[in-house]
Amino acid sequence: MELNQIDDFRWEVEKQGPMRVPARIYSSAEMIGAVKKEETFKQLVNVAQLPGIISAALAMPDIHWGYGFPIGGVAAFDCDEGIISPGGVGYDINCGVRLAATGLTEKDVRPRLADLADAMFGAIPSGIGSTGSIRLTNTELKKILKTGSAWAVKNGFGEDTDIAHTEDAGCMADADPAAASDRALERGKKQLGTLGSGNHFLEIGVVDAIYDAAAAQAFGLFKDTVTVLLHTGSRGLGYQICDDFLAAMAKHLHTGGIDVPDRQLACEKIRSSAGERYYQAMCCAANFAWANRQVLMHHAQTVLMRVFDISPRTLGMRLVYDVCHNIAKFERHNVDGREKTVCVHRKGATRAFAPGHPAVCPDYRHIGQPILIPGDMGTASYVLAGTQKAMDETFGSTCHGAGRVLSRTAAKKAAKGRALNRELADRGIHVRWTGRSTLAEEMPDAYKDISQVVDVVAGAGISRKVAKLRPIAVVKG
Amino acid sequence: MGYELIDHTADIGIRVTEKSVEELFKTAAIAMFEQIADISNLTGTVTKDIHVKGMDLADLLINWLRELLWCWSIDSQLVSHVTITEITAYEVRGNISWDPFDPERHEILKDIKAVTYHGAAVEQTHAGWQATVIFDV
Repeated sequence: MELNQIDDFRWEVEKQGPMRVPARIYSSAEMIGAVKKEETFKQLVNVAQLPGIISAALAMPDIHWGYGFPIGGVAAFDCDEGIISPGGVGYDINCGVRLAATGLTEKDVRPRLADLADAMFGAIPSGIGSTGSIRLTNTELKKILKTGSAWAVKNGFGEDTDIAHTEDAGCMADADPAAASDRALERGKKQLGTLGSGNHFLEIGVVDAIYDAAAAQAFGLFKDTVTVLLHTGSRGLGYQICDDFLAAMAKHLHTGGIDVPDRQLACEKIRSSAGERYYQAMCCAANFAWANRQVLMHHAQTVLMRVFDISPRTLGMRLVYDVCHNIAKFERHNVDGREKTVCVHRKGATRAFAPGHPAVCPDYRHIGQPILIPGDMGTASYVLAGTQKAMDETFGSTCHGAGRVLSRTAAKKAAKGRALNRELADRGIHVRWTGRSTLAEEMPDAYKDISQVVDVVAGAGISRKVAKLRPIAVVKG
Repeated sequence: MGYELIDHTADIGIRVTEKSVEELFKTAAIAMFEQIADISNLTGTVTKDIHVKGMDLADLLINWLRELLWCWSIDSQLVSHVTITEITAYEVRGNISWDPFDPERHEILKDIKAVTYHGAAVEQTHAGWQATVIFDV
């Protein structure tokens, strides 16, 4: 099976054998070697075999090995012929990124940065099995699953204006809490307002570079602006929903379900009761994740006001945007010259809708959707904007992050004998973490170079660079 | 006989080798909990029965580990001993001993978030049985 170069930024496996469409990867001459070596593209070839897939199985430059579907994958399916797959969304449903800008500059926060890092670490529940301060009844939890961000705002966590600056206004309307299992509800009840573990984090950063002044201004980002960036998702609730439906769909594989090359690709027809039920449950997890990030950012705002002893007005904190990068959505796209509704799976990929798209909130509609790309804790994160080319080529999608290059064991080996927190502190980055091996496993060397990833999507024209953020304090789970 | 860790870019996995299917299921369970915490000093004060079904041995093993992971993720039960009381290709019954998690006494090593089907396999070899499981961490 050959991976052929199409142009500077795209490689493709031609449609062959059981493939229904080609498999296409956005990458660069520097990065494609790793894709070939890891054989990640073979996972994309498996996706290209699924019923109803449209145009191509796509992967972004941060592609890495996932379960069934690769991470960094995008696949759109025909609503009549196509499938919906929990493995195509991922375990952490609506894992996503939220960015807020403040009225502070680095000069304001630098003298008290260690205190700020300590205070954030103390106030943001993080780490394995972390539980939040909000105890929910089943009734209240179901309201969250139904209404997402709006529940959080109504209960005092954030501002009304946050809603417009959240993808899908922080709520997928098809959520039906009855589709979520008792186990999923049980896990959700204790975890609202928690960061979790692994690659999830809260980061205080500074706008380090502006590439598109007009877009940056529209997003409220100026050179030296202090920002707060969050990366987390739907916690145990989303995992349970994915797990429950994977098990049910895998079971159906044996009794007349859709034949797939890997059980982790288990799926159902979009127009089937099992497919519809998964989508309704997935929407619940997506809404929980939005409420979770809404609550966490509110906690972060409270901490900033307390540490610097300032009013909300002086802090001037304002939500830039909130994106999800593990999701399946019904969207209108141009397919063979005709606009139609398709089911776009983004697993480790971010929506990148173009300027003028009605789904982009009025404040940013002339710019295109803000795209938030977190890097590793020692390097940088990026803010991008959506483009028409993304609409034309990738169902309005782009990359989501750096993507791992070292396994956790290899990272720990590379970190042996090094004082990573000291190394980061020497570079002006204060890190606080919980798990014994978290810091080593999540070290900057374990990830791809985020700048290379962003340069590919910008070079290919599926996003445009707006601003670069430099971390100054990081809380890891 | 026993298990080894598989180094996977984003996750971890285990390859278990045992003489019998019973031992295979038992070792896989212990292997999973040894990733989560140091379970060597647990007393296993509480016991309970577990019963799961599957479509074949690989599916059964995944469902078995899923059920045990549930004991940890929602009830904070750290499992230290496992007895398989009955096993067929489609069904397993077992008894587990566990300690309630106490942050003062137990150190958590890794957060296993899910047991995946990815590359899941149970095979009979000339020496006995081998299983492969990848965990989401």
